[in-house]
Amino acid sequence: MNASLLSTLVAALPRFAAGASLTVQLVTLSLLVGLVLATVVAVMRLSHLPPLRWLARGYIHVFRSTPLLVQIFLIYYGLGQFDAVRQSVLWPLLREPYWCAIIAFTLNTGAYTAEIMRGGIEAVPHGQIEAAKACGMNGSLLFRRIVLPQAFRLALPAYGNEIILMLQGSALASTITLMDLTGVAKDIASRTYQPIEAFCLAGAIYLGMSFLITRGVQLAERRLSPARR
Amino acid sequence: MIDLLGFGGRGWGLQLLQGMGMTLLVAVSAYLWGLLLGGAAAALKLSGHRGGRVAADVYTTIVRGVPSLLVIYLLFFGGNSAATWVVSLLGFNGPVELSALPVGILAVGTVSGAYSAEVLRGGALAVPHGQVEAAKALGMNRWLTFRRVMLPQVLRYALPGLGNVWQLTLKDTSLVSVVALVELMRVAYLAQGATRQPFLFFTTAGVLYLGMAGLSGRLFARAELWAGRGVRRAAR
Repeated sequence: MNASLLSTLVAALPRFAAGASLTVQLVTLSLLVGLVLATVVAVMRLSHLPPLRWLARGYIHVFRSTPLLVQIFLIYYGLGQFDAVRQSVLWPLLREPYWCAIIAFTLNTGAYTAEIMRGGIEAVPHGQIEAAKACGMNGSLLFRRIVLPQAFRLALPAYGNEIILMLQGSALASTITLMDLTGVAKDIASRTYQPIEAFCLAGAIYLGMSFLITRGVQLAERRLSPARR
Repeated sequence: MIDLLGFGGRGWGLQLLQGMGMTLLVAVSAYLWGLLLGGAAAALKLSGHRGGRVAADVYTTIVRGVPSLLVIYLLFFGGNSAATWVVSLLGFNGPVELSALPVGILAVGTVSGAYSAEVLRGGALAVPHGQVEAAKALGMNRWLTFRRVMLPQVLRYALPGLGNVWQLTLKDTSLVSVVALVELMRVAYLAQGATRQPFLFFTTAGVLYLGMAGLSGRLFARAELWAGRGVRRAAR
């Protein structure tokens, strides 16, 4: 690596940092809203009412079987086609690539996480529910105090994978003009004609983030398992 | 609006079908390349050879920790600049542009291979070691043991996971559209630009992806039944 190349990359570091911060922002916001959405959908998926079950199933199936790129383009380009959308109060939001990316990522991670949450809820031992009922808990109280906390704990390892997949999926924000980590790398690659260096640097930052997420999830798993505390 | 999807003068039906064919071509080739790469990586990971194990670990860790889009950009733009450099060494001037199809297959397949490697490794570990010893005691050599004892069982254990990898690979092919390979997603993008009907065309693309995922999911379910023939299932 020669000196001029090194100085180009060093000069670009603040831009990489800005890109990484946008990536973190997109991922965090989508994951938080997605988790709430997923919990609701998982409960619907296990509901006794067939229409709720079908709705949840359809949503999960569609969002898991189509590419994220289709979803993001459909929301960013597709919705603007309708006058009703353009005149609605939501238009200032749907006009912005930032919010379109968040909406697409949220809906996408919501579908994957719903299945993970369903697995967690189904894995809660039935004896626990019987015991709670014997103590006089019912409905929402039982769900909030007994089922949900344990479901979260049981779903955590699989959810850690989903966080990393969301981090990688967030690279698609660059396809709708956002300057996230991948967007910055692509821009710098085309300005400096040093694509290999720019993409490898971005890749290293993604790897570092994945590593931190993995360690964070491991830590959370240990803190949340009562036996090892 | 419907005639835009038809096969008439203004219709994009033919292009969409051709795009779907290209998507399937990329997906199948990349998947097979990934199986080859993943099989080699899994074998290296399970082998006693230390260097090979480290190399395979580095490959799967890096490729699974980095966005597929970035891998595609790196191989495509990085490949172009590397090819330009190589050509300049040979005394030719000017930028070289690699053809998008092989690079796309290579890129998607490299990602697919990293996931296949883990699935195949899990499948190989699920075969009880006593069977390999028994095969050795019967006088089978390594290749015969692999073909008669390991392969059929690894296939059975790994098929559900390999089905997931296939779905992932199929969806990942849409990313190759960003380097201008005319597959389904790229056709939808071009069509919406020409007709100003983005919702229609991206929905159509989505439905076609759903169809491909559904049909291939069926095929994998069949394959699982076939690979598991003669095996008693746990009572449900």
